[in-house]
Amino acid sequence: METVLLEVRDLRTSFFTDDGEVKAVDGVSFALPLGKTLGIVGESGSGKSITALSILKLIADNGKIIGGEIHYKGNDLLTYSDKQMRDIRGNAISMIFQEPMTSLNPVFTVGQQISESIMKHQNLSKKAALVKSVELLKLVGIPSPDKRIKQYPYELSGGMRQRVMIAMALACNPEILIADEPTTALDVTIQAQILRLIRELQMRLGMSVIMITHDLGVVAETCDYVAVMYAGQVVEYSDVVTLFQKPKHPYTIGLMNSLPRHDVEVEKLESIKGNVPNPKEMPTGCRFAPRCPAATDLCRREMPALMKDVEGNDVRCWIYSEKWEGESEVIVYGEKRIAESRGTETILSD
Amino acid sequence: MTKFVIRRLLQTIPVLLGVSILVFSLMYLIPGDPAQIMAGEGASPQTVEQIREKLGLNEPAPVQYLKYMKNVVQGDLGNSVRSNRPVMDEIKARFWTTVQLSFYATILAVFLGLIAGIISAVRHYTWSDISIMIVALFGLSMPNFWFGLMLIQWFAIGPDWLPDFLKMRASGWGDDWRQLILPVITLGTGGAAIIARMTRASMLEVIGQDYIRTARAKGMGERVVVYRHALKNALIPVITVVGLEFGGFLGGAVLTESIFAINGMGRLTIDAIRTRDFPIVQGTVLIISFLFVFVNLLVDISYRLLNKRIDLN
Amino acid sequence: MVQHTPVAGIGQKRSSPRVEAYKAFWRRLSKNKAAVVGGVLILFFVLTGFIGPLLTTLDPYEPQISNKLKPPSAEHWFGTDNYGRDIFTRIIHGMSITMKVGFFSVALGGIVGVFFGIISGYYGGKLDTVIMRIMDVLLAFPGILLALAIVSVLGGSVQNMIIAVGVFSVPAFARIVRGSTLSVRKLEYIDAVKALGASDARIIFKHILPNVMSPIIVQLTLRIATAVLTASGLAFLGLGAKPPTPEWGAMLSEGRAYMQQAPHLVLFPGVAIVIVVLAFNIFGDGLRDALDPKMRK
Repeated sequence: METVLLEVRDLRTSFFTDDGEVKAVDGVSFALPLGKTLGIVGESGSGKSITALSILKLIADNGKIIGGEIHYKGNDLLTYSDKQMRDIRGNAISMIFQEPMTSLNPVFTVGQQISESIMKHQNLSKKAALVKSVELLKLVGIPSPDKRIKQYPYELSGGMRQRVMIAMALACNPEILIADEPTTALDVTIQAQILRLIRELQMRLGMSVIMITHDLGVVAETCDYVAVMYAGQVVEYSDVVTLFQKPKHPYTIGLMNSLPRHDVEVEKLESIKGNVPNPKEMPTGCRFAPRCPAATDLCRREMPALMKDVEGNDVRCWIYSEKWEGESEVIVYGEKRIAESRGTETILSD
Repeated sequence: MTKFVIRRLLQTIPVLLGVSILVFSLMYLIPGDPAQIMAGEGASPQTVEQIREKLGLNEPAPVQYLKYMKNVVQGDLGNSVRSNRPVMDEIKARFWTTVQLSFYATILAVFLGLIAGIISAVRHYTWSDISIMIVALFGLSMPNFWFGLMLIQWFAIGPDWLPDFLKMRASGWGDDWRQLILPVITLGTGGAAIIARMTRASMLEVIGQDYIRTARAKGMGERVVVYRHALKNALIPVITVVGLEFGGFLGGAVLTESIFAINGMGRLTIDAIRTRDFPIVQGTVLIISFLFVFVNLLVDISYRLLNKRIDLN
Repeated sequence: MVQHTPVAGIGQKRSSPRVEAYKAFWRRLSKNKAAVVGGVLILFFVLTGFIGPLLTTLDPYEPQISNKLKPPSAEHWFGTDNYGRDIFTRIIHGMSITMKVGFFSVALGGIVGVFFGIISGYYGGKLDTVIMRIMDVLLAFPGILLALAIVSVLGGSVQNMIIAVGVFSVPAFARIVRGSTLSVRKLEYIDAVKALGASDARIIFKHILPNVMSPIIVQLTLRIATAVLTASGLAFLGLGAKPPTPEWGAMLSEGRAYMQQAPHLVLFPGVAIVIVVLAFNIFGDGLRDALDPKMRK
């Protein structure tokens, strides 16, 4: 059994707007083992970014963490004071964001922005912090770092800025790096470079990483464990191999079916029908029920809990419970779909 | 940057020319015979003719304009019809009074406006924000001449630590700095309201930016986030207003000077309008506008200096 | 004719989201309490301007020296002035002058400014440069100075005040409308409409103007506030409406000499100006927030 560095239990974060409460995160649980990478996947609006921001307690003014626990090395971060949190942020847990173009302050130089965090958390002098900043830029593969340090963000390309963001996040040797869609805003070639860089750095520095993405390709490449989020909840949590070989939740299966695969021939890529529910009008039962081909009355009536299956992975679906009485055969994955379309029903691998 | 300054300098030339043409043609927009109007009713035909001669009103307009401009460039704005003294001398005697008044009013407006705007933004939607914004709305909606009268009513007649403005008919500031207090407050309050509103809006916009979240994610304290990361960005658009405010104060000084019996350029203008001394009106309007154009030029350049880091992408 | 059908089609297609946007605008506006108060006050002021003078029983002009400088009382709510005239009555009569000056001067400045702003933004090139340089020249006269210069030449009267303040408002409209026109003109559908053979005038009136309407409406409202302030300033300096006209600025100017004995002479006309200007300012702020959801916080 691996050491768990960070464990989130039943996290709930809501935003309070003029139109009422919006439950952006509503029952999220997962664990991040030491030195591993956890992926959080989901569509936009599924609450994955809010989950990440909740870990650092960086929710906007109208939002509030209303329940759950975030255990980091045995302590619940939710009980921490603002001051204690500030010592965690950018130090033990740091974060990089989706938009490198706007995430750096335009009126400060790269050096000022990196050394600021070093000065705060490590009590180094300005001079020493700048020296360390140059090393960090070198570490993230920025050429001629002693020149770059004096430049302003507008003088750098998007990929360079994301490297600066990473250098900034690594400034105080964090134990956990939260990467919120770090490559979404970048060109495809740069995306691969940045992902590789994060992976290399993780190996070298022994960090744990939370990789937030909507891209299952990124998950397959970088993650050890995966939490799949839908409408503010974790619907499935397992190791990455199991997730791709034996996805369980109908939503995950839907996502997999919408991916192109190179091992099997698919005539037509499937898409999940319907839309993500409006957070103000959440269904009472399972949130995926309106779009789920196997949904029964039970699904529409009662919300399933995140339960352990036989292999010890978590899934939030009635199909895997004793209460289930419906037909689950309509949920198909990969080869079975092809088999059906050919008129036979025998080739399902598992 | 040098290119920008040169381009911006060149741009002011047509504006200054336009201003001078407009100011010059004021004389021609006067319904009726300007010489007759300046001479006043019941003036003898000789006097009228004299004025006409003196101002060169007999020549064709373009010739007159060129002559006028030739003199302006040499620092000669003509002579007052009433006192016969050079307009330049009349203005020189009062120029610094008005500039000083506007300058101090600008400082007050920036100081008050920034503090109020920052407090409002940092505590937005609290009672302090709402009260500041209500006060600012009033400041924006108050005619400053009325506010000045009210201030005189409240302070100058009451407490004796302020000079009595009703009895004061001094020229210039004299040696009592306290004479500045009420006029500067009168003039600066409206500007403070505008700057407070701008600062608040600008701060709120900046606080919503991604890089503020980054600063928080680095573990920076709220004070560092607000006063270092946010304020520096939020102030950039506010700077442009400061120049406009200073110019507005130069124009607004017309009213303030008239209330507080300050012998500045504004009062000179009003008196000249009343006595139909058009060379003086032309002179003051021209000088104030030129000064305003110049201040805006400086503001533009400093804005550019601060903003080049943002604009170029 | 055939060419024009698709153009009309585009117009119709756009009308439905426009109705939606209009509804959303009303919803946001009516949620903004300050704006609603401002709007109601403005309606009330306009109404007072029209029928107020008919309802007052006292004469705003006829001096009654025996009654002069009376403090506020049940009989004279706002007291009487140095000629014994009822200040309340004079303020009610002054309302129609204020409204007239506010609306007409801004309408004048708005029409001229919008015209130049649109052709400047739509045609661009040299025409744009020339128009904008002229606007720069007008903007080079700070604050009240331009209106002052104009009125000094034309002479003081309500009509000349309207002209002076109107000219003073032109550049603000021209600049804003030019900016909005430029951004609308860049939209692809304008090119499409042009390719379908619509005339410039048609494009301007059917497509550009409706799209730049929001900033114009906001500017109209806010400019009325500025216009009322400027006009009363001119009158206060003795350069606008002349006594005995019950113009508020002129009333302040007259009352000044009696400030020590009878402060109500300067208090009430000033308060009247503040309330009117305030109403237009908060209504304008509310309109801007309601029309531009991006600005909402």
